This record gives sequence, C-alpha cells and structure tokens, in this order.
Amino acid sequence: MASATSDRPAFDQPSARPALHATSDNGVKIVIVGGFGVGKTTMVRSVSEIRPLNTEETMTLAGESVDDTTEVSAKTSTTVAFDFGRISLDQHNVLYLFGAPGQERFWFLWDRLFSGTLGAVVLVDIRRIADSWYAIDRLEAHGTPFIVACNDFGGTAYSYEQVREALDLDPAVPLVSCDARSRGSSKNVLISLVQHVQSLYATQESAS
Amino acid sequence: MSRPGRDDSPERLYTLTGGRSSAGSDALDLVTLMVADRAPAPGMQSEHAAILRMCERPTAVVEIAAELRLPVSIVRVLLSDLLDAGHVSARHPRPADPTHRLPAPDLLEQVLVGLRNL
Ligand SMILES: Nc1nc2c(ncn2[C@@H]2O[C@H](COP(=O)(O)OP(=O)(O)OP(=O)(O)O)[C@@H](O)[C@H]2O)c(=O)[nH]1
Ligand SMILES: [Mg+2]
Repeated sequence: MASATSDRPAFDQPSARPALHATSDNGVKIVIVGGFGVGKTTMVRSVSEIRPLNTEETMTLAGESVDDTTEVSAKTSTTVAFDFGRISLDQHNVLYLFGAPGQERFWFLWDRLFSGTLGAVVLVDIRRIADSWYAIDRLEAHGTPFIVACNDFGGTAYSYEQVREALDLDPAVPLVSCDARSRGSSKNVLISLVQHVQSLYATQESAS
Repeated sequence: MSRPGRDDSPERLYTLTGGRSSAGSDALDLVTLMVADRAPAPGMQSEHAAILRMCERPTAVVEIAAELRLPVSIVRVLLSDLLDAGHVSARHPRPADPTHRLPAPDLLEQVLVGLRNL
C-alpha cells in the first residue's frame, strides 16, 4: 500500500478540480470494494473527470458489553483513508465513485459508504479470491445491490462457474470481467451494475 | 475453496458513535452538495471562509474534506456551523424509493444515460 504513492496526490493544484454545474443537486454513490492492489483506484481513475482524491473518515468505536457491566467500555478511534472520483452525469446528477479497502477491519467505513448507495462493485483478482469473501458477506447483510467484476491481470484462467462457486455467489448476481485500466471496460462495469439494480427493481415490482 | 459461513459480525461488539461530529451534521451525506449563500467575510474562521469560496458552485462534502485535507467528520462539524449560521445550504441526495429500498427507476435511467454518454 505504501508503494502506491500515486494514490496520494499532493493536492497542490486545487484548480485542477473542475466546478460542477450550478444546477447540480443530486449526488449518487457507487462503491468499489476489493482487496489490496486489486485495481480500485485504477478503476476510479479510468472513469473519473477529476484525478482521484483521497480523504479519510475518523470513527470512534465504543465497546459495548451488554452482559458484563463491570467492564469499562473501550473506546478506540480509527482512521481509514479512501479515495474517490466524480462523473457529472447531467445537469442535476453527479456520480461519486468510492474506492474502499476490502479488509475486515474497515467494515464500519463500508456501512457508512453503503448507506444510500446505488450499488457496489466487488473487484476481484481471481488469483486471490478469498480477499473478497468478507466484502460480499457484508454487502449481502446490508442488502446493498452489487455485482462482481474480475479484474484481468492475465495468467490464471478460471471459468465463470469456478469463480461463482468459490464466491458462493447468488445466481442473480452478475459476474463480469474487466480491465480496470480501460475507461471503456470500467464504464461497462458501472453500466452492468445499474442494469442489475434496474432488474432487481423490476423483480420486486412483478412480485408485488 | 469456497466462501465460509457468516462470520461473527463486529457490529455486535461495537456501536458506532459519530466521532467528533455534532448533532445534526450526521445528516450530511458524503455526497450532499453544499452551496454557499454568501461570500466569505474578513475575520471569519479560515476553514469557514475556504468552504464558502469552494462552494460558490455546488461541492460535495467529501470533496470539501479532500481539498481541505481534513477528516470528513471534522468537515461535517464545520459545515453544521455554517448551516446553523445560514451561510450555506445543503442539497441532499434523493432518498431511495421507500417501498423498494432501491433508487427510483427514473433516477436509474438518468444514471444509465449519463454513463452511456461518457
Ligand atoms: N494487468 C493489470 N494491472 C492492473 C489492472 N488494474 C490495476 N492494475 C495494476 O495493479 C496495481 C494496483 O492497482 P490499484 O488501482 O492501485 O489497486 P487498489 O485496489 O487501489 O490498491 P490499494 O488501494 O493499495 O488497495 C497498479 O500497479 C495497477 O496499474 C488490470 O486490470 N490489469
Ligand atoms: Mg487504491
């Protein structure tokens, strides 16, 4: 992680951030979650109209021990960095893409990011599939719509069936492959996610 | 190799408290767009003045944090000061369709059109 210096821009050119339309009034969120070095920042950069920016959330975690009242509740403050990019969709809607680390200890950041989010992309390096298990568990638990995108680093070839099985993916969850370095490919991943949310909506409509 | 069963979720062990954020400012989402309603005045706290300059055009909470190089939780506090003083207004993200808990169909369509036009 420390080697990814390009992830930490110097913030020396604030003017490089173009202003939004004066009429912009609706921020939309999509979260890209995945393990270390899986290509989250690369994907954000590929489609963003601004150079990916980095910021941090500080969370206070208060220990909660219901059964043991004698225990002093532990309070820890944790800081987690995440990066994001932006796409002005039209005169009103602005899409923000968040790259969030997939490690278990960042669950509290995801719950923040996931709430109100349009959906999530789980970026997977198929050589390190287990890195994404926890994120998928959390998304399922949170009820956030998501798709899985396998970032193509070349080399090992697994079939879609093998990847689905290793991820224990619900058959309704789309699995796509991508090259996060490509704008077109990353854009297609986002389109697949939105179409998936549309189909979830349609399924719910027809069920009710 | 396959994904193991549900693990012990950490939420059961911890309750999230809002860090340093003050009451009310939690309503500011990362993508809430802030707009200045006045120009910065001399003598204003420098962060407040910087936010007002930045928000001449709509600017998301998370962009303000990145540009000021401050944690989002601190920026929420600064913004709630400005909101209380009537110096900025907030354009909140459209809430999900309550019955479906999903974004409304017309919004999904707009997002799709915007992405295709990229
Ligand atoms: N071959 C190949 N390399 C990629 C692809 N996507 C990203 N990379 C490279 O993989 C490395 C890590 O990519 P990042 O975008 O920094 O990954 P990240 O998920 O943001 O990493 P962390 O934030 O450190 O967890 C970089 O050197 C990228 O150039 C891809 O699709 N194919
Ligand atoms: Mg990164």
